[in-house]
Amino acid sequence: MATSMFFEFLLDSLPKLLDGLQVTFLLTIVAILAGFLIGVTLALGRIYGNKIISGICIGFIEVIRGTPLLVQLFIIYFGLASIGLVFSPIQAALFGLSLNSSAYQAEYLRGSIQAIPSGQMVAARTLGMTKIQSIGTIVLPQALRISIPAWSNELIYLFKYTSIAYLIQVRELTAEGQIIASRNFRYVEIYLIIALIYLIFTFIISEIVDRAEKRFHVPGLGVPKRASWLRNT
Amino acid sequence: MPMLDVKNIHKSFETTEVLKGISFSMEKEETKVIIGTSGTGKSTLLRCLNQLDPPDEGEVWLDGEELTNPSIDINRIRQKIGFVFQDFNLFNHLTALRNVSIGLEKVKQLNKEKARERAMDELKRVGLEKQINQYPAQLSGGQKQRVGIARALAMDPDIILFDEPTSALDPELIGDVLDVMKSLYGKVAMLIVTHEMGFARNVADEIIFMEGGVIVEKGPPKQMFQSPTKQRTKEFLGRIATLYGAE
Ligand SMILES: Nc1ncnc2c1ncn2[C@@H]1O[C@H](COP(=O)(O)OP(=O)(O)OP(=O)(O)O)[C@@H](O)[C@H]1O
Ligand SMILES: [Mg+2]
Repeated sequence: MATSMFFEFLLDSLPKLLDGLQVTFLLTIVAILAGFLIGVTLALGRIYGNKIISGICIGFIEVIRGTPLLVQLFIIYFGLASIGLVFSPIQAALFGLSLNSSAYQAEYLRGSIQAIPSGQMVAARTLGMTKIQSIGTIVLPQALRISIPAWSNELIYLFKYTSIAYLIQVRELTAEGQIIASRNFRYVEIYLIIALIYLIFTFIISEIVDRAEKRFHVPGLGVPKRASWLRNT
Repeated sequence: MPMLDVKNIHKSFETTEVLKGISFSMEKEETKVIIGTSGTGKSTLLRCLNQLDPPDEGEVWLDGEELTNPSIDINRIRQKIGFVFQDFNLFNHLTALRNVSIGLEKVKQLNKEKARERAMDELKRVGLEKQINQYPAQLSGGQKQRVGIARALAMDPDIILFDEPTSALDPELIGDVLDVMKSLYGKVAMLIVTHEMGFARNVADEIIFMEGGVIVEKGPPKQMFQSPTKQRTKEFLGRIATLYGAE
């Protein structure tokens, strides 16, 4: 019957889809972490750097945010190859997604840093802390906490948008589904299954991040819920 | 040689000159109170002393070192100058205890355990042993300000600068903070900007009246309150008495 046929199909496709899911996870985790490190650097450079450093950071952030992710991936994968810089699909995707996410994370963090009252920095400097110590022990720990909701959105965004990597031949979840569907033409079923997998893990990720948010919560440190400057997911 | 020597400080913001030549000095463990109308440059003066806002002209000397010398290690000097803010500026992500110990750890390089012990002592001294694990948002204004004082004290400063420490407090909480400040009299030098005339009269060794970016008059409280020599001092004290209630 229809349902048993569906489950048979599901079981047959599952191993390949799980292979793809692993690649999706790899892309997501590397991009969120590398994007975080680069993003923190960009945000600090933009706020505290001299004119030149700040200008470079702003330029990078604006170029990334002003161009589509797909175009960025094409440039890295096809464009750079034409000048002799050859990346494998997965390398190009890891690189592109990390850079892309770093620009967004930098902007979320910048918003948070600028929301910290200036008196916090003044009080730290008054104790005799250097500027770097004040940023590291007073400003950043607060800014990172209030960035958690934005960061959680970014993680979920990334998890779903890694699917774009399929267009540069990365065999992540969506690509594996596409391959299966092109063999047996059962597009509706396979895409429903894929959508369900994304949905389940999106839910799990939100739950984990919510717990992290509670774990790091400090009374009185405002956590703006779902601020309007988040990118749409 | 006085402990703190302030010589002819000038400070402008853009085109307006806020401080127009301020000079005074303080001895070890002395307490002086600065009074004056709003916008007269009292906060600016305090910020010029620890070089948060470096003066344009003039010199500040502490313990025989010139702080206005650009080549001095100002972070080392700032440990010796406590600052207590009108709006507390406690570190919002840290408990009361960590607010006090963080400077000891990061600036004085004490290990965690030593810093913690010292912070406990200071919080006990200001009567907050029960609140050590509370975050700033969980403290009353008066408690916050006492943490602020403990944070300054923990660094073993030569002098503590207070910028209107009770102005943001509900009237019933002011007393606790003033009591703590009184208890520090003679133990550490204090330079206090305040409108609490009762406190100034009872505690200060000297009162400095500032107006229009200069020191109009200074002297012991008795003289300032009973027989000020300058007309402007008289007017100001008269006005403040009607505003805040004479004692
Ligand atoms: N960073 C700044 N930039 C420009 N102007 C400033 C700055 N800081 C202070 N001023 C100006 O300098 C003058 C003195 O300010 P200051 O805060 O020192 O006065 P104050 O005596 O502490 O007053 P209050 O009793 O209201 O606290 C004011 O006119 C103020 O507008
Ligand atoms: Mg002021």
